[in-house]
Amino acid sequence: MRGSILGAAVKRAEDPRFVRGEGRYIDDMRVEGAVWMACVRSPLAHGRITSIDIDEASRAPGVIGVYTGTDFGAYRMPIPAVGAHESTARPIIASDVVRFAGELVAVVVAESREAASDAASLVWPEFDSLPVVVDPRRAAGQDAPLLFPEAGSNVVVSGGDESEDDPVSGAEVVIGLELENQRVAAIPLEPNNALAIPDDAGNLELWVGTQSVHLARNRIFKTLGLDRDRLRVRVPDMGGGFGAKISPYPEQILCAAIALELGRPVRWQEDRIENLAAMSHGRAQFHKVRLGATAEGRITGLDWNVIADGGAYPLEGAVLAGYTRRMAAGPYDIPAIRFRWRGVVTNTAPTDAYRGAGRPEATMTLERLMDLLAVELDLDPVEIRQRNFITEFPMTTAVGERYDSGAYSDALDLARDLVGYDELRTEQKRRREGNDRFQIGIGVSSYVEVTAPDGRKEWGAVEVTPDEVVVYSGASSHGQGHETTFTQLVADVLGVERDRIRFVQGDTASIAHGGGTMGSRSMQLAGSAVVGAGESVIEKARRIAAHVSEAAVEDIVMLDNGTIGVAGVPDSGRSLFQLAEIAADPANLPDGEEPGLGADHTWVQEAATIPFGTHISVVELDTETGDVRLIRHAACDDCGVIFNRMIVDGQVHGGVAQGAGQALLERVVYDDAGNLQNANLTTYLMPTATNLPLIQIDHTVTPTDQNVLGAKGIGEAGTIGSGPAVVNAVHDAMAPFGVRHLDMPLTSARVWAAIS
Amino acid sequence: MYPRNFEYVAVESIDEAVEALSSSEFAKVMSGGMSLIPMMKLRLLSPETVVDIGRVGGLDQITDNGDHVSIGGLVRHRDIAVSELVPQALRQAASWTGDPQVRNRGTTCGAVAHADLAADQTAAVLALGATMVVQGPSGTREVLADDWFVDTMTSALEPDEILTEIRIPQRAGGTAYDKLGRRGGHTDYAVAGVAAWVAKDNGSISDCRIALTGVGSKPTLASGAVEALIGTDGSESAIADAAARATEDVTVLEDLYGSEEYKAHLAGVYVKRAVTQALAAAG
Repeated sequence: MRGSILGAAVKRAEDPRFVRGEGRYIDDMRVEGAVWMACVRSPLAHGRITSIDIDEASRAPGVIGVYTGTDFGAYRMPIPAVGAHESTARPIIASDVVRFAGELVAVVVAESREAASDAASLVWPEFDSLPVVVDPRRAAGQDAPLLFPEAGSNVVVSGGDESEDDPVSGAEVVIGLELENQRVAAIPLEPNNALAIPDDAGNLELWVGTQSVHLARNRIFKTLGLDRDRLRVRVPDMGGGFGAKISPYPEQILCAAIALELGRPVRWQEDRIENLAAMSHGRAQFHKVRLGATAEGRITGLDWNVIADGGAYPLEGAVLAGYTRRMAAGPYDIPAIRFRWRGVVTNTAPTDAYRGAGRPEATMTLERLMDLLAVELDLDPVEIRQRNFITEFPMTTAVGERYDSGAYSDALDLARDLVGYDELRTEQKRRREGNDRFQIGIGVSSYVEVTAPDGRKEWGAVEVTPDEVVVYSGASSHGQGHETTFTQLVADVLGVERDRIRFVQGDTASIAHGGGTMGSRSMQLAGSAVVGAGESVIEKARRIAAHVSEAAVEDIVMLDNGTIGVAGVPDSGRSLFQLAEIAADPANLPDGEEPGLGADHTWVQEAATIPFGTHISVVELDTETGDVRLIRHAACDDCGVIFNRMIVDGQVHGGVAQGAGQALLERVVYDDAGNLQNANLTTYLMPTATNLPLIQIDHTVTPTDQNVLGAKGIGEAGTIGSGPAVVNAVHDAMAPFGVRHLDMPLTSARVWAAIS
Repeated sequence: MYPRNFEYVAVESIDEAVEALSSSEFAKVMSGGMSLIPMMKLRLLSPETVVDIGRVGGLDQITDNGDHVSIGGLVRHRDIAVSELVPQALRQAASWTGDPQVRNRGTTCGAVAHADLAADQTAAVLALGATMVVQGPSGTREVLADDWFVDTMTSALEPDEILTEIRIPQRAGGTAYDKLGRRGGHTDYAVAGVAAWVAKDNGSISDCRIALTGVGSKPTLASGAVEALIGTDGSESAIADAAARATEDVTVLEDLYGSEEYKAHLAGVYVKRAVTQALAAAG
């Protein structure tokens, strides 16, 4: 048998077309007769619509129609935040009240994109302004203006532990912390979009940049009351999602509704300014925590309260604190945890999943607490973590999460060696004693993650034809490289070359079921599914080979030359493609065997998997200006068995950039009136290559017992591990100045104000 | 977003450009387009006519004219950054402008005409005492850098005029530019930036100019700091005295990247750094 290519750093099959500009995104598609939709958005954060003057826009050149809440305001999206009052359901276009600056109040449909944009500026909505609340802590209070008076409160959802027992009582040491995990923007390279193509029979083909075509289809047909089978949702190449493209958006649903109404293809492409104002934001949690420990630094309990800013409508962002709770123990043995959370609506853009989705928030707070405990007890940050690590697996934490496997100390030791921890501490001491203008800080962050946290079912299929192998997956790659890794997996199972395998995803017509790509689920769930399908194909191939060779199935094996035939009889071998040709004719098959050489497989995983790791950051602080430079970053992540190191490391690279970006630079800013202050990339500061050091990466490998691959997720780990490491490093650099805690982003202005 | 409809005129000469500017209600000159196009896409600006001077010959030269160096209207940031004819302060400022794409497309004259309050090269041309040469319907005129920057994104350029050349006087002494960028280090627009030119005579500072950017509504000369420095030996304490007077002549404005207090502090820090580097270069 040929050698396995699993584990090899196989180059990404999709990259040549991406780097040559040959990717095919929705905006690249040319559709005869398509008309364009442009959006008119509320300039006001909270107000009652009194009138919308559409006359001038309707008469503008090329305009086909102008639509407002009068036309489509009755369509409301399903409420993903379970338990929220029904009045909080998001309309696909505002009909009465606008609740954030950027909410849709009208759309213009015209013959060209330019005509639609021009006419959109001729729509004149009028409002009676309503009182605005931007800060969720204020919104949760008694006297705050209500976004949904019928709901009775801005606290629209809540959950967690109800116990009256204080988990921190009796602790020898208590560490208190109030922390803001600030609102950030997801900023995929490709903003939102849609292209809705109706046919004469009332069917609709909807192209939409989504992380899950099935979820999009289900939300859209429910919102519009369509027949599910008449709606086909597809996605071509897609430039990132980061969680913000899990749920469909009102604009996308409107495209579908208007296309059906007009009987013409309707398309919409969001620009970057709309993207910053209207795409769901992430994080936006306020934490108030107390951690109890013994005088030796062993944690005895944790009391944790979260206010989550859901924005104007309760989407996932309002309930993601439930995931924060599941990770509240982190990698530590914590006997008692009480975690309570509230999801609050405010006059800001809705919040939703963003790389990590509730879980980075847990790690950030916990890792700040660990460092504060270390400072309190005068222990090294490495030591305080080692004293508290969970060491026995499997185990279940105080919040009920099952941890499958781990070796937390090993990852910490590896990171420590990789970065040269002891030498750095020596250098730090030298600079502190020398009162150097440039001080260094070293930040440690040990984390666990809960990957494939729910929805742990995924579908895959493998079909062999006389010419090729086709792999179908219910996952939906939008940068993750499934075309590469999933064909690697199937090539290994089938013993065929990767270049004979075609990969299909992102189409409700050809993919029977699918959860999509999110929550670091794809390799473990969808990978297991395609491997299962591939194995079924081999089984079927053996049965067919046995039948045509008149041999027993038990005697049919994959021969050394990669063909399938009778053990010990090399000449009896047939390739899978030859067997596919045989299988096409029912006459060649044993009784009861379906024609064709394909199989599907639904993989169901019992529990989430728990990857882990340690990141160590080194920053250099210019004490004259507060300017912080990230000069080193070591990431040691354990995601179980690795199938393509290059892709895994790529996930870590991007994740570290996003974690460091939130730590140092990024923040969506609203003023008190709910006006977005930084709705473009000149003012919303993302990290660029110049802000990042060479990232040092290594891995420990601790397989999970939860799937056939032994794989855990890696998509979000980089973000989860890196942010707290950078934040802790900056605090370590500021230690000589007596700074206890500063909230992110740790901009030069904030750092200088704290140390001066 | 997409710009509103506009007329596009690609001219072959400056005369033709001036004529195009004069014959439109609202025309804008485009050289590299690195500021104009984004503003049009944001619909902050919706000119009726865009006059592209990119094809005008002879404007892409940096020339040594004896008493001054001439920078043509189409000289790109990247060319400035690597030119041995250009004083260090302007070279440094050009090398920290934007990103590689912007530096290879955008022009120094364009940036100076645009007059962004946090741009780099504006401070450098001010500290270097440059002269702007503009051409309009009634011919050419010269404007001193001191009179050029009027307000936020407003220069002394009239709507029907074009900045065709910047003349940098060739003087003895050293120059430097230093800043803190919005993304940290030297990356991005200046939270605060300082350009300095310092001339020494017999061990004492005989003349100098210091300009701030990112701190107030426009690039501004720090005359208090200059006054503190001239006649001194440029010692650490003399520089500290100058730094302490950095924002005497400017109304410091808070923005998303820093409070008034922080920007005033940074102005002082960067006066110190820029002057120290300029003195070292002066020898």
